[in-house]
Amino acid sequence: MSRDAMLLVDALREPASTCGLDAQGWAALLSMARAERLVGTLAARLASEAVPGRVAQTLADARTDAGYQRRAALWEADCARRALADYDGKVVLLKGTAYVAAGLTAGEGRHIGDLDILVAREDLPQVEAALLAAGWEWVKPDPYDDAYYRDHMHELPPLIHRTRDRMIDVHHTILPLTARRTPDAVGMMVDAVYLPSRLREGLGVGPRSSIAVSGPPPTPPASGRGELCALSQPDMVCHSVAHLLADGELDGGLRNLWDIHCLLSEFAGADFWTQLRERASHHQLAEPVGRAVRLAHQLYGTEIPQDWMGQHWQDRYYAARMTARDGWGRQTRKLLRLAFYIRSHWLRMPPLMLARHLWVKWRKGQASA
Amino acid sequence: MAVADPQTLYLAEPADARIVEPLDMMTLIYQRRSGITHMVGEPVPQMLEAMGGDAVDAATLAARLAASFDLGGQEDAAALIAERLAELAELGLVERVAGA
Amino acid sequence: MHEFRVQVGPAAFRIGSAWRAPIAQMAELYRDYPHPDFTDFTVRLEPAGWLRRWLRPSVAIGGDYMLPDAAPLPLAQGLLAAEMAMNLQMALGWRRHLLLHASAVERDGRVLVMTGQSGSGKSTLSALLGARGWRFMGDEFVLLDPESGDAVPFPRLISLKNSAIAAMQASAPDARFGPLLDGTPKGDIRHMVPPSDAIARMGQGGAPALLLFPRYGYPGAVREVAPGETFMRLTQASTNYVALGEAGFTALTRFVTSVPSRAIDYQSGEEAVALVEKLWERLA
Repeated sequence: MSRDAMLLVDALREPASTCGLDAQGWAALLSMARAERLVGTLAARLASEAVPGRVAQTLADARTDAGYQRRAALWEADCARRALADYDGKVVLLKGTAYVAAGLTAGEGRHIGDLDILVAREDLPQVEAALLAAGWEWVKPDPYDDAYYRDHMHELPPLIHRTRDRMIDVHHTILPLTARRTPDAVGMMVDAVYLPSRLREGLGVGPRSSIAVSGPPPTPPASGRGELCALSQPDMVCHSVAHLLADGELDGGLRNLWDIHCLLSEFAGADFWTQLRERASHHQLAEPVGRAVRLAHQLYGTEIPQDWMGQHWQDRYYAARMTARDGWGRQTRKLLRLAFYIRSHWLRMPPLMLARHLWVKWRKGQASA
Repeated sequence: MAVADPQTLYLAEPADARIVEPLDMMTLIYQRRSGITHMVGEPVPQMLEAMGGDAVDAATLAARLAASFDLGGQEDAAALIAERLAELAELGLVERVAGA
Repeated sequence: MHEFRVQVGPAAFRIGSAWRAPIAQMAELYRDYPHPDFTDFTVRLEPAGWLRRWLRPSVAIGGDYMLPDAAPLPLAQGLLAAEMAMNLQMALGWRRHLLLHASAVERDGRVLVMTGQSGSGKSTLSALLGARGWRFMGDEFVLLDPESGDAVPFPRLISLKNSAIAAMQASAPDARFGPLLDGTPKGDIRHMVPPSDAIARMGQGGAPALLLFPRYGYPGAVREVAPGETFMRLTQASTNYVALGEAGFTALTRFVTSVPSRAIDYQSGEEAVALVEKLWERLA
């Protein structure tokens, strides 16, 4: 049995590498892929491979599930669009929903959970009010958590829709306000691009054609009112990297890195790499972006320019942390994981605030025990 | 936020965007785009059918329905239809036409 | 990890356990089932904390699909943990059939489906009928094939609770039973190996012919259930209706419009069996 998730990495990078797997190798691969929430992506990658019949059925199940997640994600985005139809500012889709809405390969088979949107910080009260009016509700009524979110985090406390039971995270910055690095969220908003009206494929009409009722349609939309946006290509990579390397304890690292691999491969071009370099340093993310590009190249074989190549001594720890998963789907390398866990909290908060955070959490735990 | 303004124009999704399955007292509507199954009563299925592909307001729709449907008095009917349209817009089965 | 593989109906499971005991119990109870090489799902029974392998050992329910807040069980209930985890894999991961939380039995190629809340007696009823000339198809999930509309068996071990344990031991004295698990979150539980024809024919489905909503503990009564109500109750009884999208909608509307359904109240197993026979003769 394989000792780490390189089995999964290989299958994603080179689908034909699965042709030598026996029944138990397949079981191990599927368990790893499910644990990393990459089974839908794996199924999409293997769609045209000849695999054993039983495996094909399991992969078909994963494709059904990915189709459901895609449908639900796009629908949630459209619900948010309708709820915010009277809001003038940009509503920027982030992460998985943005990838499927923009038709990017990173979205193929991808697991998508909550809806993440980015709006201008000063407009939060208006956006919040519109969402509450359209049926979203606060998940936790706890005032400490609430104040904590508003004061220190990069998003509103999560909202859940009362009939559809789906969560929305409304972000106004890229990383928590307490984090060391401060990517330029305002700059990302300015550069964000309007998505084609593919969201409304089923409806067959968008504001553009319906505006015809009162006059000729402006193209592109003059105000963008009622349209959804996605980040520009280099910012999309920066945002994905921020969540992989500047923010997290690398849980779900293989999936995030797969997103980055797909984005880099799809956007590649001389201009893109130059812009990425510029935007990464503008967002104080030069080092993490460089590392993510190298890791994508090392693990998934992403084609990258010569001047992005190289090897930093820490890269192999990141790679080892990301592939710490055995053939039963269990996490391995506990000490390395602990090191990354501590690091992630360190990155998110200055030490004094971390102490206060843990103290309040602990006190609350005592009180309810 | 079901604001029932009788002047508001609405558009229905095209007919092939949903599967309609009548069951005894109610009708099931499976909406392809959302994957959501709606259980609705009269006059909702009739409204969606009568809207076709046009942007209509409540009064226009009430007039169309009056031909085949008893909705009570003309004004009551428009008010009732306006309410239903606002609910359907919340569900995403019809969409309010922007800028109209 | 101690390992065990088993196929139940169309689904194959790989169970890995940090302890030998639960695996040995499963190997004994599932000895007549196929033991496939390829498995659809992985289930893990692991110590709930690093000390819990030895000290008051307790089992965390794990696997490909998990609930974040599943409470661990004492090692003595390891078999129950494995069964719960297998159910969870089906509920959260199986997508090629529409899954109904229901029991089923078959006669002459036609299937009786029974669904209801926990405590409705659907599980016990299916076991009882399985001992009275019907073929037992499953006491937990019924799988509806979206292509053919057939009900496909999922005859896992029958999970008997509390008073049903003694009742079934009296009704099926030759059956094989697992260890008595007392003090579980659902009271006493004892697993029963399904009759041999249920295992031998677990690849064979049948057309659904009657749907019942049994309710235990009320004076005998039969009530017709309108298709709209049936549809609503079955969407609630399905773990994957929403995920299947249009295929789920088509399969369920087909089922609801073609299968008659009744709610039945009963106070004893005998009474229920007589009611079922009567309704089957009239409607199926």
